[in-house]
Amino acid sequence: METAVFIIKGELLMQSELLSMNGITKVYPNGIVANESVDFSIRKGEIHALVGENGAGKSTLMKILFGLEHPEEGEIILNGEQIQISSPNAAIDHGIGMVHQHFMLVPSLTVAENMVLGSEPKKGLYVNLKKAVAETKELAEKYNLIVDPTAKIRDLPVGIKQKVEILKALYRGAEVLILDEPTAVLTPQETKELFEELHLLKDQGNTIIFISHKLHEIKELCDRLTIMRNGKSQGVFNVSDVSEADISRLMVGRDVILKVEKEDADPGDVILDVDKLTVINDFGKQAVNDISFSVRKGEILGVAGVEGNGQGELVEIITGLKQIHFGDVRICGNNIKPLSIKEIRNLGTCHIPEDRMTYGVAESLDIEQNLLADKHDSPEYTGKFLTKPKVIRENSLKLIEEYKIKCGSPLQEVKMLSGGNIQKVVVAREFSSSPQLIIADQPTRGIDVGATEFIRKRLVELRDQGSAVLLVSADLNEVMELSDSLIVMYGGEITAYIKDTKSLNEEELGLYMLGINRQSPEEIGRAIHV
Amino acid sequence: MSNFFNIIFSVDFGYAVLRVTTPILFAAMGALISDKAGVINIALEGMMLIAALTGVIVSALAQSAGLGLLAAVIMGALVGMLLAYFALNLKTDVILAAIAINLIAMGGTVFVLFVVGGDKGISSSLPSLVLPKVTIPLINKIPVLGSILSGHNILTYGAFLSVYLMYIFIYKTPLGLRIRAVGENPHAADSVGISVKKVQYIALTLSGALAGFGGAYMSMGYVSWFSKNMTAGRGFIALAAEAMGGATPQGAMATSLLFGFFDALSNSLQSLRIPAEFVQMIPYLATVIGLVIYAASKTRQIKRIQAQKERDAQL
Repeated sequence: METAVFIIKGELLMQSELLSMNGITKVYPNGIVANESVDFSIRKGEIHALVGENGAGKSTLMKILFGLEHPEEGEIILNGEQIQISSPNAAIDHGIGMVHQHFMLVPSLTVAENMVLGSEPKKGLYVNLKKAVAETKELAEKYNLIVDPTAKIRDLPVGIKQKVEILKALYRGAEVLILDEPTAVLTPQETKELFEELHLLKDQGNTIIFISHKLHEIKELCDRLTIMRNGKSQGVFNVSDVSEADISRLMVGRDVILKVEKEDADPGDVILDVDKLTVINDFGKQAVNDISFSVRKGEILGVAGVEGNGQGELVEIITGLKQIHFGDVRICGNNIKPLSIKEIRNLGTCHIPEDRMTYGVAESLDIEQNLLADKHDSPEYTGKFLTKPKVIRENSLKLIEEYKIKCGSPLQEVKMLSGGNIQKVVVAREFSSSPQLIIADQPTRGIDVGATEFIRKRLVELRDQGSAVLLVSADLNEVMELSDSLIVMYGGEITAYIKDTKSLNEEELGLYMLGINRQSPEEIGRAIHV
Repeated sequence: MSNFFNIIFSVDFGYAVLRVTTPILFAAMGALISDKAGVINIALEGMMLIAALTGVIVSALAQSAGLGLLAAVIMGALVGMLLAYFALNLKTDVILAAIAINLIAMGGTVFVLFVVGGDKGISSSLPSLVLPKVTIPLINKIPVLGSILSGHNILTYGAFLSVYLMYIFIYKTPLGLRIRAVGENPHAADSVGISVKKVQYIALTLSGALAGFGGAYMSMGYVSWFSKNMTAGRGFIALAAEAMGGATPQGAMATSLLFGFFDALSNSLQSLRIPAEFVQMIPYLATVIGLVIYAASKTRQIKRIQAQKERDAQL
């Protein structure tokens, strides 16, 4: 295999490269080697995929190219000349633009204002907004990225925001566009649209670097790909020469089967019952609008939907992070309206939060303290006045072993762990309290394949042991693989209830996620089992 | 009671409202610009105090009110830069650094006053000057309104002009756009090559300069001397006014006028038989009540939607 890689690499290097990064090494202050003598190069007018697991170093490499990080070693050659990219500004000057995964947009400004920010056209002392709008329109038409220049960003859906981001880079004269996992937040239809737009950009002579770990997308869209693993490049390939299985093997170094083995669910009594719930968000908008559904013992109910369609608020209500304004939520028959978070937890609820660094762990405390966070006051761990260190240590050692948390000792600070291991700390704590109801919000976001596999398996095991699971995930594969049944949310409402997830295809799901299709109230009503 | 209304509906009272609103309004504009840039400046109080003393000393030494004002404004801007240096370069907490500045200003101005003027309470030994009053032609001929609007200190007009200029600056100029972008999403600003630090430096410096105007007015217009802790919490009232005004120039002006109204009321009521201590409490009480009303108006939004839903349900 190794030889094959080199031969292909040798051939490719013969052709003219627009931009190449040679021998890039980046070591972070905490000693993590993110890139180790990585070679990476692109040709003019191609769509080049950069693939690898989380933590493989692809984002770091691109941050170096965009001037956000500075390498310890290595050089960057553009059009045969060595260049220094000291800041994003320098990158922009060299015609390199980046579309970040988390949009770099100002919500209260209009599309046109966001476009020109930092290089505003002027009329006297003022910003020439008319010109900004006209230029935005012109550029949007040229690349067929249709947006309303006068719309405020906060009113736009994710797909449009992404178009604005691409336009923003083009406005600044980008010829090389870096797209960091652009499809992670898109529906299948929006993804298709994006691909058409990217093809058009390519036809007009632009070069695109496409970061992803969705193999079928790479097969569909890209010309060549560079695979990264553990901070090293595994080689450059023509997409047509390698199969998905090859790519996957080079990415992870072993054959990973992400299929989750599970029996059909055998649902029992209703555990979670959401009844005509409406949530008003901080901007006075109805983030969740009159929804009802229930989750039963021994089933996984998935919540699919593009992010920001009310899923976050729904989870906040059920876990008690937010007060209920209208409607009722019952857990095991208890109305949670008057209950505190602690009381809701005592009903047997556990919560894997979306933002693990804010709500999941206290990053500067050690693993042991984090594992104890929800049970420090139980008589098992605390006597009349003092904690019981021995019992606590036994518990943490047991959980570290059971959940395969890679660490030096239970006294290691949580922030020193990798993303996957931090998530395992959260999961270990939450699952060890024998939950009746599990609220899993993006449980495997941004963590490596091994940890993902482990957490998904645990979820199915707990289901089999009789827990009710509400799974919110933006990862379509995850919701479709794990869920027994599924609700789809769009604009704060349920647009579909799918009783048997296996009967659903992605296309159909996408139409519900975009609110284009919608089931009848009777069909949606089947989500209520009381 | 009739005395009370006689006071409120008098020309003098209307004039007084504008007079006492002036320092609050300047400071509120200072609060606004730093808030827009995402670095809240709670050192306005201290900045005003330092500027007030600077104005008195420089105008006394140079025998020029104009130079006194200039020095006060520059001093305010410098303290603003100092806060920016602490918060942005040395990475101290911006709130803690601002508290330190307020405390230093409190004691430091008394110390400097003693060194320069030989008195720990008041600057009456210094021959300081005041800024001129302006009579506006034509307007001063209008009955009632003329007496309220005309004949104010030049800085009173400056304060209201600053609201307009602030509006233009924030919403129409490139720098204003950048300030708003930095305050709302610094990462977005950073990604298009805007230096977040530079923009926040500018905002805090301007904020300090505006507090400088407010301070100069206190000692060179409102009264003609500096006295210990003469700002008496106006910098903090301005912060409340800015927040209640919805972080817009026109909103902050409206709430500043409201606080000015209560401040003037407390001054006027001292002529009635109401205990002075109670009267002096009014502006601060008004601040608390104002903040409660502000918070309540946010909850009302939810109730309105609730009522709407109930109506829908009945149909």
